[in-house]
Amino acid sequence: MTTDNDIQHADSRDTTEGRVYTVTGGDWDEVMAEASKDERIVMNLGPQHPSTHGVLRLVLELEGESVTQARSVIGYLHTGIEKNCEYRNWTQGVTFVTRMDYLAPLFNEAAFCMGVEKLLGIEVPRRAQVARVLLMELCRVGSHLVALATGGMELGALTGMTNGFREREEVLHLLEYLTGLRMNHAFIRPGGLAQDLPDDYDSKIRDFLKVMDSRLPGYDKLLTGQPIWRNRMAGVGVLPVDACLALGVTGPILRAAGLAWDLRKIEPYLGYEEYTFEVPTSTDADCFARYLLRLEEIHQSLRIVKQCLTKLEPGPVMVGDKKIAWPAQLTIGADGMGNSLEHVRKIMGQSMESLIHHFKLVTEGFSVPAGQVYVPLESPRGELGYHMVSDGGTRPMRVHVRDPSFVNLQSMPAMCEGGMVADVIASVASIDPVMGGVDR
Amino acid sequence: MSPVPDNESTPPDLEVPEPGGPQSSASHAEPDLVPGAVEPAQHQAPVAGHARRGMFGVHDHGDTTGFGGLRLPAYFPPRAERPYGGWFDEFVDELLAAMRERDIPADAVQQITIDRGEITFYLDREHLVAICQMLRDDPALRFELCSSVSAVDYGVDVPNRLHSVYHLTSMTYRRRIRLEVAVDVADAHVPSVVGVYPTADWQERENWDMFGIVHDGHPALTRILMPDDWDGHPQRKDYPLGGIPVEYKGAEIPPPDQRRAYS
Repeated sequence: MTTDNDIQHADSRDTTEGRVYTVTGGDWDEVMAEASKDERIVMNLGPQHPSTHGVLRLVLELEGESVTQARSVIGYLHTGIEKNCEYRNWTQGVTFVTRMDYLAPLFNEAAFCMGVEKLLGIEVPRRAQVARVLLMELCRVGSHLVALATGGMELGALTGMTNGFREREEVLHLLEYLTGLRMNHAFIRPGGLAQDLPDDYDSKIRDFLKVMDSRLPGYDKLLTGQPIWRNRMAGVGVLPVDACLALGVTGPILRAAGLAWDLRKIEPYLGYEEYTFEVPTSTDADCFARYLLRLEEIHQSLRIVKQCLTKLEPGPVMVGDKKIAWPAQLTIGADGMGNSLEHVRKIMGQSMESLIHHFKLVTEGFSVPAGQVYVPLESPRGELGYHMVSDGGTRPMRVHVRDPSFVNLQSMPAMCEGGMVADVIASVASIDPVMGGVDR
Repeated sequence: MSPVPDNESTPPDLEVPEPGGPQSSASHAEPDLVPGAVEPAQHQAPVAGHARRGMFGVHDHGDTTGFGGLRLPAYFPPRAERPYGGWFDEFVDELLAAMRERDIPADAVQQITIDRGEITFYLDREHLVAICQMLRDDPALRFELCSSVSAVDYGVDVPNRLHSVYHLTSMTYRRRIRLEVAVDVADAHVPSVVGVYPTADWQERENWDMFGIVHDGHPALTRILMPDDWDGHPQRKDYPLGGIPVEYKGAEIPPPDQRRAYS
């Protein structure tokens, strides 16, 4: 006999010819009854979709156009940078960490170097500090421009995308002139900078500032006042300040929710207390507020860059301690950047001690006293923290990166669930996650 | 073979030359200089790092560097002595008072270390969640933000080698502290703080993924960066880095974890 418990089994009865089954379709009626109530679809977005930042995969549970559940799947860009750092000396680590958050390479370098310097107990020369601030603020401009550009592309504002990348190209050209590379600079090194800024950095940066001043108002004309742009973003992806704190969200998302939490003001590092700049905030806590805030932060960063130019005074860019300072004096040769011939001539021809010293520092590296530090700084996406542990050797025991993208991406379900599918794209764009930093 | 000097404290299986022996450049045996032994303290003091022998990564008899007799003990984070200086004294007083108020035993804080201007509390894992709850909610403490959760593996031979590390930020008082829980690989269980700090969700999953630390009470402790079917926990010190030898300008360069280590 059929009971409620085994309704999925076919009914059967015994006859003289054996057992006969009545196939009724099992629980199909129930399935239909269940399905007629809602239209539940589980949709996969990514991991290679152009509207997801990098190789991010979203799994959305939809009921019609509404998102009932959203989850992000990460790890597609995991490269084991943290583990690799444990097999290289402290100076080489810079080359790895600069590849994590590839839109903010100079922030990773600076935070890593500040961690090493804190472990060593040294302070970098003033010119190096100002130059770091200068480079980081230029990098912040570039990063925010990409946030606007890719955000525009994802919402269909393709001119916003082309304009954003055009301006970002200006930033990259300038950074290439200053550091030698467009991205992944490895220019900031433990103890200072790899080398001094080029001679005519001042005029180049002033030219850049003029270009930016002439082009930035275009964003207000193109995007800020545009009704489609505003309607796609205003009131979308709301994350109030208490949710931000619970989820550990920092950066523009937290400031857009009303808390003026900017580590440059709260815990000034590299002499940020000397610079005059505003921390824009909003209380709307939505995607549009985050857009406006990033745009304003670009203006504020350019303001800091201007102040850096007046503060840059001649001086060393590397600590004087020859047991830490990288011995190579770099110059530009016929085949690109390399050791200066004078330095090579000295260590190879004149001073045996210099050669030994060079060899020891380059192959072995410098020892860092045992202990651990946590160094936070304000990256374009929020608190970028480096937890670094030394066991007293020439290599890190552990480098852990608290990447703001990784932590902020956790807020995606809180922003998206209950909203429409199209708003998921706007929300993810406003989080501005960089998968190189998320997956490390 | 020449007679071995009476250095009984060095284990016989060491491959380095005996200090003062025929192949050692050390002029005489120094029985006191042995790799730092781990003291069986009441709660086992946290060890950070391993003892070292020699230099330049030479661990066979071919050490001609003259550093074969060098012994460096493991690093123990020193216990801080009062007065701690700065805001630390006032803060520790308030922390202990709040712990009394909530009936958390005082020995839940096993050790306080102050190093490079940062304060670290080594905690008993039984009381981790209660202490986090207290740090978040007590009006005199107010650590609203859990900045970072990470883990450290201090090496294969180190007791309680896996450390789960929490960096908390007080936005009200503009303070940062570090909580640390040390556990053994065989019993790598640390309670989850997701209930107190939801932001720890992914970071605890990363700890599980990379170090195999089981955060009991986590809502869904699954791998996050590595594929679901991955074997092993990649950031443990006994997990190889991997890599293949690469030819460069005619010479073969071994993968990074097989090169001579100078550390």
